[in-house]
Amino acid sequence: MGETLGLLAGGLAQAFEPVNFSMIIIGCVLGLLVGAMPGLGSVNGVAILLPITFLVPPTAAIIFLAAIYYGAMYGGAISSITLGIPGASTAVATVFDGRPLAQAGKADKALTAAAMASFIGGTISVVLFTLFAPPLAEFALKFGPAEEFALMLLAFATFIGLGGDDIPKTVFSILIGLVLATIGLDIISGQPRLIFFDVSGFLHGINFLVLAIGIYGIGEMLWTLEQTKGEVTVHNVKLSMKEIIKDIRDVKEYIGTTSLSSVLGYFVGTLPAAGATPASLMSYGLAKTFSKEPETFGKGNVSGVAAPEAANNAASTGSMLPMITLGIPGSPTTAILLGGMIIWGLRPGPLLFTEHPEFVWGLIGSLYVANLATLIINLMFIPVFVKILTLPFTILAPTIYILCVVGGYAPTQTMHDVWLMFLFGVVGYLLRKLNYPVAPAVLAIVLGPLAERSLRQSLLSSQGDPMIFLERPISLVCVLIAIALVLVPVFQKMG
Amino acid sequence: MTVRTAEFLMAIVLSLCSIALMMKSAELNIGWIEGRGPGAGAWPFWLATGMLLCCLLTLWRWFRRVTPESRNTSLYMTHQTMVIVGTSAGAILFLLAATHWIGLYASLVFFLLFYLKYVGRHTWLLTIALTIGIPVFIFCLFEWALKIPLPKAITEPLFYPIYELMYS
Repeated sequence: MGETLGLLAGGLAQAFEPVNFSMIIIGCVLGLLVGAMPGLGSVNGVAILLPITFLVPPTAAIIFLAAIYYGAMYGGAISSITLGIPGASTAVATVFDGRPLAQAGKADKALTAAAMASFIGGTISVVLFTLFAPPLAEFALKFGPAEEFALMLLAFATFIGLGGDDIPKTVFSILIGLVLATIGLDIISGQPRLIFFDVSGFLHGINFLVLAIGIYGIGEMLWTLEQTKGEVTVHNVKLSMKEIIKDIRDVKEYIGTTSLSSVLGYFVGTLPAAGATPASLMSYGLAKTFSKEPETFGKGNVSGVAAPEAANNAASTGSMLPMITLGIPGSPTTAILLGGMIIWGLRPGPLLFTEHPEFVWGLIGSLYVANLATLIINLMFIPVFVKILTLPFTILAPTIYILCVVGGYAPTQTMHDVWLMFLFGVVGYLLRKLNYPVAPAVLAIVLGPLAERSLRQSLLSSQGDPMIFLERPISLVCVLIAIALVLVPVFQKMG
Repeated sequence: MTVRTAEFLMAIVLSLCSIALMMKSAELNIGWIEGRGPGAGAWPFWLATGMLLCCLLTLWRWFRRVTPESRNTSLYMTHQTMVIVGTSAGAILFLLAATHWIGLYASLVFFLLFYLKYVGRHTWLLTIALTIGIPVFIFCLFEWALKIPLPKAITEPLFYPIYELMYS
């Protein structure tokens, strides 16, 4: 342990070297900007800026990319809270409560909670990484398809039974999200699936951002217009440092949820092929499950902002674990980082810890410094972000619509997706008027491909026997908890 | 149309969509394929079946007036709502349709002019500043910094001089 701490201290010292520290600051700022743009996430930032890293030594390069990764994690929260459009997939869950808080004139509280929770998530994950990297890497490998599917069931269950929503409508919302995720080429046989009217645009599937931006960008704006009869109140918030300090002190309100979400986020991040998006969505569900006021979630509960933000930051550190120790990327962004490492001549795997400790611990140290830098940058800029909300609605609304259109276009660069986004926005608005919850559909379309693949692989390995989910201890526990989460509220309502 | 009627009609429309999804999924194999596991259509087929069951349950609850929406006899959408929401939705619809014809940037100019001047009643100075500023910002960020080309349709030749400046 002493040796590990020594290496971590060395990594931290390395992160403060002038070149590396400048890389951290530039990376954080660029990440914030990329993450805040709808349709672009850390994966875009890392991919676009990867060639730049060949100009600096490998350690500085990975530090730069890791800082972009961290910055983007928080950047997504800025547009989620201020504009109601998830800047990145990892910030989808942040919209659920972040936007209602902003509409209630508490954007500063939501932004501070996001910054603080991200920092706590990052801190806890670095501690977990330092203490338990090798055993956790081994444990994560025990997660086969059956365990993965059971974990997905657990995530859906947290959305079904809680919050007082109409249960058949909630289940419908989850199922339609899962069906939308199946459109395109079948993940196993490669056959075209659900290609309506032979429209070729469906062949590449439906990106979850198309649904998320449609529902939370277009749909939300239409909903706001209806609720306010077109006369939206402008929140002319005048923020002083004193108020921000008060917001920081409010961390005690959500520290418990944040810590729990950080641990969950870190663990989900370590699972190969999972990553920060499922982690943030699952943490939101978990926060709702353990909350004393689950009915306030989705209406502006600050824990609903803190939980996903802590989890996505923790998961971004967690996803480094399988990448470094096993050479398996935990997310699309780490897949690009892995590619970079190979180009720089580093071979990921267990030997990396012994052959290139300066690289591994430099990365971990810089993750932590990037975390701190992002916190400071964010807290400094909160008054600027909040200022966005003081714009007249007739300027803010067309800006949001334009960002939705551009954000819907950017990932696949087809107008087909932009039309779909518009359709989802209008349909989402009409469904919302009839109390159909829309958040579960977004959760489902994100987790859908992972859930289907793990279900089919499990059934294939068991020759079609569904008992596989009950025979393996980890999946059995997850399935039992999922059943309890669904049944308990049903019986409570019947009682 | 009342909220109660809208609840009923929506459940019917969603039931029909679910049946269409089931039929579309059934065009693929929805059974077990030896050595390959469940067919490509099995997962969406059973999900769509679940959707249909949820719709039927909603209809049953509507019939029994269990949900607040099934008891609500106020208007689903007032005339005022239709005007307010319709203006925004119509403007976006125009933006998307015009993008196919005159490209995104030119469409943005018309969209912003309409929204800022007609809906927002802002001054000409602010309207023109934003109508030029927002498309320029979008161009600089997406095309120049991020190298993501946005659709330009027939206005593409107008951008050739800018491309020359950018890539020379």
